[in-house]
Amino acid sequence: MTAPAPTPTAVVTGVGVLAPNGVGARNYWSATLRGESGIGRITRFDPSSYPSRLAGEVTDFSVRDHVPSRLVPQTDRTTQFALAGSDWALADSGLDAGSLPAQERGVVTASASGGFEFGQRELGHLWGKDPKHVSAYMSFAWFYAVNTGQVSIRHDLRGPTGVLVTDQAGGLDAVAQARRRIRGGTPVMLTGGMDASLCPYGLAAQISAGMLSGSDDPARAYRPFAAAADGHVPGEGGAILTLEEGRRARERGARVYGEIGGYAATFDPRPGSGRPSNLERAVRDALTDAGLRPEDITFVLADGAGEPEADRVEARALSAVFGPGGVPVTVPKTMTGRLYSGAAPLDLVTALLALRDGLVPPTVHVDAPAADYDLDLVTGRPRPVDGDAALVLARGRGGFNSAMVVRRPTGA
Amino acid sequence: MSAFTLEDLFTIMRECAGEEESVDLADTAALQEFAELGYDSLALMEALSRVERAYDVELPEETLGEALTPAAFVDAVNAALAARTPAVEAAG
Repeated sequence: MTAPAPTPTAVVTGVGVLAPNGVGARNYWSATLRGESGIGRITRFDPSSYPSRLAGEVTDFSVRDHVPSRLVPQTDRTTQFALAGSDWALADSGLDAGSLPAQERGVVTASASGGFEFGQRELGHLWGKDPKHVSAYMSFAWFYAVNTGQVSIRHDLRGPTGVLVTDQAGGLDAVAQARRRIRGGTPVMLTGGMDASLCPYGLAAQISAGMLSGSDDPARAYRPFAAAADGHVPGEGGAILTLEEGRRARERGARVYGEIGGYAATFDPRPGSGRPSNLERAVRDALTDAGLRPEDITFVLADGAGEPEADRVEARALSAVFGPGGVPVTVPKTMTGRLYSGAAPLDLVTALLALRDGLVPPTVHVDAPAADYDLDLVTGRPRPVDGDAALVLARGRGGFNSAMVVRRPTGA
Repeated sequence: MSAFTLEDLFTIMRECAGEEESVDLADTAALQEFAELGYDSLALMEALSRVERAYDVELPEETLGEALTPAAFVDAVNAALAARTPAVEAAG
């Protein structure tokens, strides 16, 4: 009898970050530890006639510097972010992609809106002029799957590909799907998510969902878990990760950020059914999948909807699993706004860097959580911690709950 | 004298489909196939549509499949422009 081969692990060996408070992982992480917010009045168009006017915009990204000129006319901003992020995630991994057959490299991304700005412009051409004025690239540039497709072409990734569309939860669902592919024998996967729909069409879509704050004060507009929470601020950006099979990564001497240790997703009952949210079960199942107990979790990056009912559901789930105030909780999204499919991949990067440096970044703009939430919310300044695992939660509009555990590299 | 030149085409191609870093869109490119210059069928469809708008001319759909090089594309546009002129005069 031989022992069964161990299940392959999926480790993060490279990251590419575009965030409103920092472009590039290094800039983002130092700004985040300083508590620097990237939220301000929208500058990409005049927002004065809209009921919500604040956003987290990525301001220091030059398309010409980071995207080949050949690809600029055929891509929306969200795809330009994904192309830059995947370039950086691959470069950061130090992987010589050419050392693997193209069929052994894949890509799975999440998308919440697709190429809205591109779509808005071309739809304007259609009804403002005539069909001849619509770009031929409209055939794919607006589509949810476009980031996966363009990244696949650019880096010749011919292995498993896919796209997950589950609003904000998609950022974790995509990484989980990439982990499945690694476990299934594909050695390298790019994964994560980028969204960038801060155009009139994109903002109108978010406004119609009714979750945006109407405040004009960047320090008061998005305050998850505060008693006075009244919605969120939209943002643009996200992160792309290079995932590799763990043993292979160690053998090539890769620098490993950490492991995707566990994952679970649940779906909520229909509104008005009277049945409770299934978020708690997602948390428990992710811990089980990781083979960890609640006390093994060093800190939690919460979804932090900034909407009282959703905040209460999340606080209750955390209290139920970890005990009242039983684990440090933070929402660094307060510095970027909610990035939709980009938010959770960015939170995974944040969690891995926080474990590495032993510092949990603060939830800014919130003095204290509402007392009855029983949350140990990290506010004001980074909190020193020493531990091996963190939990990231992401919830999507319509009932999606996803939970993922990341662990510090072992045996390094 | 041609109404539509190679340089006109290259200008439109650069605007609507960018330029491959490794490719120099100069006269020497005139006889190379679009695929070698890094332009796929969508890029050509986009260029064709821009030419039609800018020069107020209709190009037959076969142009996409038959004009495989910039020189052939320029010839096709000039042929369409020439075919159009008598009609304009007749109308005038």
